[in-house]
Amino acid sequence: MGIIFYIAAVVAILATVLMLTRLNPVHALLYLTVSLLSIAVVFVTLGAPYMAALEVVIYAGAIMVLFVFVVMLLNLGRQTVSTERTWVSPGMFVGPAILAAILVGEVSFVLARPGSVTPPAAEIGPGQVALSLYGPYLLGVELASFLLLGALVGAYHVGTRKAQGRTGGSGSDRARVTSGGDLVRTGANRPSGAA
Amino acid sequence: MFALGLIGLLVRRNLLFILMSIEVMLNASGLAFVSAGARWGQADGQVMFLFILTVAAAEVAVGLALVLRLYHRFHSLDADAVSEMRG
Repeated sequence: MGIIFYIAAVVAILATVLMLTRLNPVHALLYLTVSLLSIAVVFVTLGAPYMAALEVVIYAGAIMVLFVFVVMLLNLGRQTVSTERTWVSPGMFVGPAILAAILVGEVSFVLARPGSVTPPAAEIGPGQVALSLYGPYLLGVELASFLLLGALVGAYHVGTRKAQGRTGGSGSDRARVTSGGDLVRTGANRPSGAA
Repeated sequence: MFALGLIGLLVRRNLLFILMSIEVMLNASGLAFVSAGARWGQADGQVMFLFILTVAAAEVAVGLALVLRLYHRFHSLDADAVSEMRG
């Protein structure tokens, strides 16, 4: 367990440092994804495979997709194709690819030799977690559902553009069509009331 | 890891990087909970990580919606540009 744990931990810290020092949000997102994946490997070595699966699915999957969507939406209006081409240069993939290759090597090593990962204590499976979650922590589950519902309604409320009605129907529609879409419209084309 | 997230939160002025640093800090605290749970052989640490996961998902949804609104308002992701807000 020891060497795999330490390699994954070093990869996580390296990826996080590199994430913080990037200037480009897309590069930082790549490094952040690698960092989350290495944390998942650390969870496996700690005897929490269910948490590792959740880390990969929710953090590295869902939350990173949210970040990528927001980065895409923010850069639609001002970035041209040339800057996009410089962003997606082959050189930017080298660092995350090396770190991810280390993780893939670890996973293949573990798959090739079953039983090589032995957690320090007894492995805590999903069954135990579920028994504890719906036993003494039932109130926490209900509060979490409240929190998620509040976040859903709040994000929808914040995210909608409420100023559409104020600028007049046909004019704002024409402006939207000429400037290429609702989220593209920035700068001079933006109606003054839209905020 | 937590210290790295905190440093990132303090150093960077870009709103997206601030959100990513918050993610790193939440992740680090979850890692601490899971490792403590593994040390004592209890499932409570993983339950706490589930709650942290929930909080992170809710936080990032609202935070990214706010970032979109602020970008449309100020045309900048600089956190200092928002400091003129009152009320």
